[in-house]
Amino acid sequence: MFIQIFFIYCALMIIASSILAVSLRNPIHCVLMVLILFFHMAGLYLTLNAEFLAAVQIIVYAGAILVLYLFVLFLVSLRDEIRLVPFIANAWVGRAVAVGLAGVLLYAVLPAFILGEKGKWPVEAVREVTHTKVIGQELYTTYLLPFEIAGLILLVALLGGLVLARRERGEGDNEVQTAEEPPSENASIQGEVSR
Amino acid sequence: MIPLSWYMALAVMLFCVGVCGFLTRRNVIIMLLSLELMLNGVNLNLVALSYYLDSVRGQIFTFFIITVAAAEAAIGLGIAVTLYRSRRSVHVDTINQLKG
Repeated sequence: MFIQIFFIYCALMIIASSILAVSLRNPIHCVLMVLILFFHMAGLYLTLNAEFLAAVQIIVYAGAILVLYLFVLFLVSLRDEIRLVPFIANAWVGRAVAVGLAGVLLYAVLPAFILGEKGKWPVEAVREVTHTKVIGQELYTTYLLPFEIAGLILLVALLGGLVLARRERGEGDNEVQTAEEPPSENASIQGEVSR
Repeated sequence: MIPLSWYMALAVMLFCVGVCGFLTRRNVIIMLLSLELMLNGVNLNLVALSYYLDSVRGQIFTFFIITVAAAEAAIGLGIAVTLYRSRRSVHVDTINQLKG
């Protein structure tokens, strides 16, 4: 009974904070709403006996990725944030697409499932060896190659982030000038284009 | 004991809120954030199924998804910073140049 009340609480908080995260105007508030969402997601992982993943959710998602988002939001000044043309011009079309997708997926998901054959790690066995140890065993035996590839992906992301965010020598001086005197900005952008 | 369909319904709703945010918002960073919401919906689905099937396969997949999400956030935000740097005060209506 308690666990169901806990689930309903977490589910309501997740839905509410996700809707707020995509609808609030201030990007900082959006990121903070997603932070609340990640904490409740970790709570749901605890109800599913996935303690290691709950810890990873809080440490990596809330601790690293969201802090990265916050730093980029602080780098990019809020007055003139970067905007793209939305994929679909009218916002209501996007909402209708999302609601329709939700309807179709719920229609597919909600009927009772026939579960497939059980794996070899029931809850009692996992509790006996502890969850982190089970994940480690599987990760370093069965999924060794994907694990190495994940490391490679992280390396590529690290290098890519460095190369993308690095400031070219000379470009920075240009930028300081343009920030101080806005009229010359067009000229410098044209100079960059011609270069 | 919580039925499996509750978890799956919650995951579906989270995914669709992410889709809605991705399609309607115009700020690049919020679009990336909606992508994270979608990934979290998928993660919840995988963990719930791995619990009900007595297997840790779904949890390992979730682990890898978190890794890829971190990489995607780093690259995407790097692109956002570069974009902001090259189009400082220009209101970006169309990003239609490959080099410039």
